[in-house]
Amino acid sequence: MSKLNSRISRRRFVAGAGAVGLGVLAAPRIVRAQDGKITVLNWQGYGTDEKWALEAFKKATGIEVVHDYFNSEPEMITKLRTNPGAYDVVLTNSAWNGVASGEGLVDAIDTSQISHFGDLNPSLRDSSLLSKDGKVYGVSWVWGMTAIAYNTEKFNPAPDSVEVLWDPKNAKRVSVRDDAIEGVSYGAIATGQDMNHPKDLDKVKAKLLGLKPQIATLWSSEDEWNKLFQSGTFDVSVYWSGSAARSKNNFKLPVGYMVPKEGGIGWFDGLAVASNAPNSSGAHEFIDYMIDPTFYVEWATKIGAPASANTKANEALPADDVGRQIHADQAAIKRLQFMAPLSDEERQAYSDLWTEVKAEFAK
Amino acid sequence: MAVADRRNRGAILALTGPAYLWLTATIFLPLSAMLYCSFLDKSPLVPQPPVLTLKHYAAFIDKAVYQQLMLWSLELGAIVTLCCLVIGYPAALALAKVIKGRWREAMFLMVVLPFWSNALVRTFSWAMVLRPGGIADQAIHVVVPGAPALNVLYSYPAVVIGLVHSYLPYMILTCYISLQAIDDSVIEAARSLGARSGALFRRVVFPMSLPGVLAGSALIFVPAVGSFMEPRILGGAKGATLGMAIEEQFTVTANWPFGAALSFMMLAAVLLICLALYPVARKRMEGL
Repeated sequence: MSKLNSRISRRRFVAGAGAVGLGVLAAPRIVRAQDGKITVLNWQGYGTDEKWALEAFKKATGIEVVHDYFNSEPEMITKLRTNPGAYDVVLTNSAWNGVASGEGLVDAIDTSQISHFGDLNPSLRDSSLLSKDGKVYGVSWVWGMTAIAYNTEKFNPAPDSVEVLWDPKNAKRVSVRDDAIEGVSYGAIATGQDMNHPKDLDKVKAKLLGLKPQIATLWSSEDEWNKLFQSGTFDVSVYWSGSAARSKNNFKLPVGYMVPKEGGIGWFDGLAVASNAPNSSGAHEFIDYMIDPTFYVEWATKIGAPASANTKANEALPADDVGRQIHADQAAIKRLQFMAPLSDEERQAYSDLWTEVKAEFAK
Repeated sequence: MAVADRRNRGAILALTGPAYLWLTATIFLPLSAMLYCSFLDKSPLVPQPPVLTLKHYAAFIDKAVYQQLMLWSLELGAIVTLCCLVIGYPAALALAKVIKGRWREAMFLMVVLPFWSNALVRTFSWAMVLRPGGIADQAIHVVVPGAPALNVLYSYPAVVIGLVHSYLPYMILTCYISLQAIDDSVIEAARSLGARSGALFRRVVFPMSLPGVLAGSALIFVPAVGSFMEPRILGGAKGATLGMAIEEQFTVTANWPFGAALSFMMLAAVLLICLALYPVARKRMEGL
């Protein structure tokens, strides 16, 4: 079907090109508008760019997938704003999908084109964070937690409270990510406040400043986290659930993972179709493939992945899969607060607060 | 006479024109765009029309942490420049006045070698050298088996080491050029007039090489003050500079106007320092 589509559109393209003649040369973007290719905007190394998957996808559909990457969500939004028509599929998480759809940067999904849509976990699939005015703007893809990873050789019994980060016994043994929103979220959780919109930021700041004697270093990438953990730079850290599964699986690190009894950060990612996408139907096909259990099981078992939003995909994992075990604790999932959109003012306030906290750490 | 003047002017225009055009296009235009941006109330890429405001400059004055970071950045720049001078100047002196021929070429190659690699790669290599159990740690333990574990990574000295390594060639090269230009007969004249080595250096060689020292210092101080990559990779939680805060405004919070305002406050501080030092430097060089 898609091959047929692609031929027609190419023919139409050639005819159009003939009609406008040299005008095409002046508008190179038109050349991209063919069905044989889609452009995906995502984090690097985050599922959509697995080589084996793209080969399998091309074999099945004839569509070639190329990638562009972002290093932060604001960068993702900036790229969508400044390059309309350049992207087909874009990764938007629970906190950013609403921003993108509010600005008209992503299109409503035609869910009839997504064959696995019915298998998605309803609480993620129908979340208001991925939809607007009754229309779906992001297909829930994977979800995960940002909670606490600890060295199982150093902690017995396992910690169950967020206070493990502030425990004087762990002085210079703690790490957190250099990220304002994660920092503020955990400050809010530890002071019993709403994680997304804490009312008392001073309390959050005071709590975070109390981390100073605890901090061994701040981490910024998964690769760095693994190296630091392996070299024994810290024993306990705020960390991502999918990454914890990978650290344990692929690097055989003694990583334990827990969602504190006070709460933890939950997030989920939605795949969206960019507005003015040159190849919207190809984008839908790719998204459908991304939530297909065959792709997910291979990704999760070979590489390590967050939990799939597709219930059938999670059930298809082997029972002893580390990621499956981490993401299966229903009581822990109930304790999660999910990341919601923040206003520009809130983001700036959190950034200022985090800068102040880091300056204090550096003293 | 008038014809010659006109021809001269034409030649000067032809010779300098391309450079100034290039500088105008690549430095002046983006910089003025950023200056304009620093007065906008929201990022220029947001669809809503922006409004002019001074609030980002007010935020800098309002929040002590950003002034603190600026002070730390200036201090870091000064320390790095001083270290480069202390290490680089003797090397330049030896290269210009002692080492000759083939050896000099070989030494020069070693000076410019760091320029052949990417700055990020260099910084990560330092992280590998300095971390506990890293190359430096192992080397020390080979020599002194019982030595305590070396733990320099994620500290202030690690940042200084990385930055000094990056910028040292500038100091060596600029000092070398001005030392090289000192005619040996001037030195011989000083000696024949009875100057001992100390006085010769203090009153003849060093003052005459001052233009190189100043050029090298300026070339190092300005980028070191704005550094953000080395403090983050080598400093960890102990690296905090205004450059890092500026980077965060552009990449994380997407508050370009605030990032631009912080950049211009830093530019202003650096310019003020240069202006304050300018009369001192000119006075020292006047007697030459």
